[in-house]
Amino acid sequence: MADPSYPTDLLYHPEHDWARIDGDVATLGITWFAQDALGEVVFFDPPEVGATTTAGESYAEVESVKAVSDVIAPLSGEIVEVNATLGDGPEAINDDPYGAGWLVKVRLTDVSEKDALLDAATYEASL
Amino acid sequence: MAATPRRTPLFDRHVAAGAKIVDFAGWEMPVQYAGIREEHAAVRERAGIFDVSHMGEIEATGPDATALLQELLSNDVDRLVVGGAQYSVLCREDGGVLDDLFTYRLAPDHYVTVTNASNHAKDLAWFQQHAGGRDVVIEDKLDDWAMLAIQGPLAREYVQAFSDAPLPERFTIATRELAGHTVLVCGTGYTGEDGVEVLCSPEAAGSIWDEAVRRGTEPAGLGARDTLRLEVCYHLYGNDLMESRGPIEASLGWCCKEETGFIGSGAVRAVREAGPSERLVPFTLTGSGIARQGNPVIGGGEVTSGTLSPSLGIGIGMAYLPTERAVTGEAIEIDVRGTVRPAVVAERPLYQRPTA
Repeated sequence: MADPSYPTDLLYHPEHDWARIDGDVATLGITWFAQDALGEVVFFDPPEVGATTTAGESYAEVESVKAVSDVIAPLSGEIVEVNATLGDGPEAINDDPYGAGWLVKVRLTDVSEKDALLDAATYEASL
Repeated sequence: MAATPRRTPLFDRHVAAGAKIVDFAGWEMPVQYAGIREEHAAVRERAGIFDVSHMGEIEATGPDATALLQELLSNDVDRLVVGGAQYSVLCREDGGVLDDLFTYRLAPDHYVTVTNASNHAKDLAWFQQHAGGRDVVIEDKLDDWAMLAIQGPLAREYVQAFSDAPLPERFTIATRELAGHTVLVCGTGYTGEDGVEVLCSPEAAGSIWDEAVRRGTEPAGLGARDTLRLEVCYHLYGNDLMESRGPIEASLGWCCKEETGFIGSGAVRAVREAGPSERLVPFTLTGSGIARQGNPVIGGGEVTSGTLSPSLGIGIGMAYLPTERAVTGEAIEIDVRGTVRPAVVAERPLYQRPTA
């Protein structure tokens, strides 16, 4: 597993999710802290493209050997892409949570929701 | 009531080894070190060591010890020889399962019974309550015994290297010197692999742990212990066994000898003769996903244990099913948090060592 890291170019939700915003599309995933707490991820059941996310609510589940955990959406929008490689390789969520372990891409309904998210230093200080 | 969690004599070693610590039945226990799948593979392929010092021990000593245990335990204690080990369940009058236990006969009138941590106080009270009027002393030995399980194809070789004499065979027990400490070595385990369990003083636990690890045994946590036991369909009390169900329903009729007249034997006999309305069976998922404890089976029944099998790479588990559906090959559907996942009732054990 990678060492703890919280990239400064991302925004964070207190429920241990990150967002990388590019125009009106955001890539979402879970933080290093979340994957470490969960342990080895063995299953990710992706939502359907076209489904919606609501900020602060669960949009998917990730499962480790021991437990299942809801994934909370940091931002609201419509899912435009899911990370299909996680079907056969969910361990990418542990190995590279901010890169190959991304979960979904969302077309945002309200970009200003990002103002409610935390920067890396604030999120890390909350852990 | 949130009592302060207890620690085993090996707690500092777990932390030093990088363990993730969780609360388990009031104990701060290592759930994993390197990772559940890695530890699971170590036990299947080499050897792992588990700290199971949270498990309780009850000793029964005296001329009436055999008669008392025969009344309490479901198996035939008269057939437990000195130096032997025997699995049984502890039943209520109505057959409900209070605990599942391994009992070792140390001498004709001296037994030690290992309890589940979550049930120890209840079991102890049950033993003491029924000992009244008999010539037997019941002692709580939870604080006197630490317990280590060294399991895997290389486990005996590693432990033998610091034992004063050959290790006891499977399902037998013997006093040995390990790393200079007098201990009880038992040829038992909870993983489906060969190996031993060691009952030792809390003071001895550290040096035995260190000797085993120095020789190549890999620390393994409760997470791997759970996946290992479930692959070979061993019951976990609180998941697969409970007071509201009996041993016949739990597919543990093989360790119930009703002719001994144990407490609950009448109820157990009645269920055996009439046939249970439900039975605990193993299953495998036929597609993706992982069923978990509490997931309902569509049409009746419930999952009591479920995980991803590290050895098989698929979702596995055990479920109580209506008897007519509790047959190998039966297709079932499990409601996994709103998603219907197909599964099939399988033979036990779910995992078998590949034959060379």
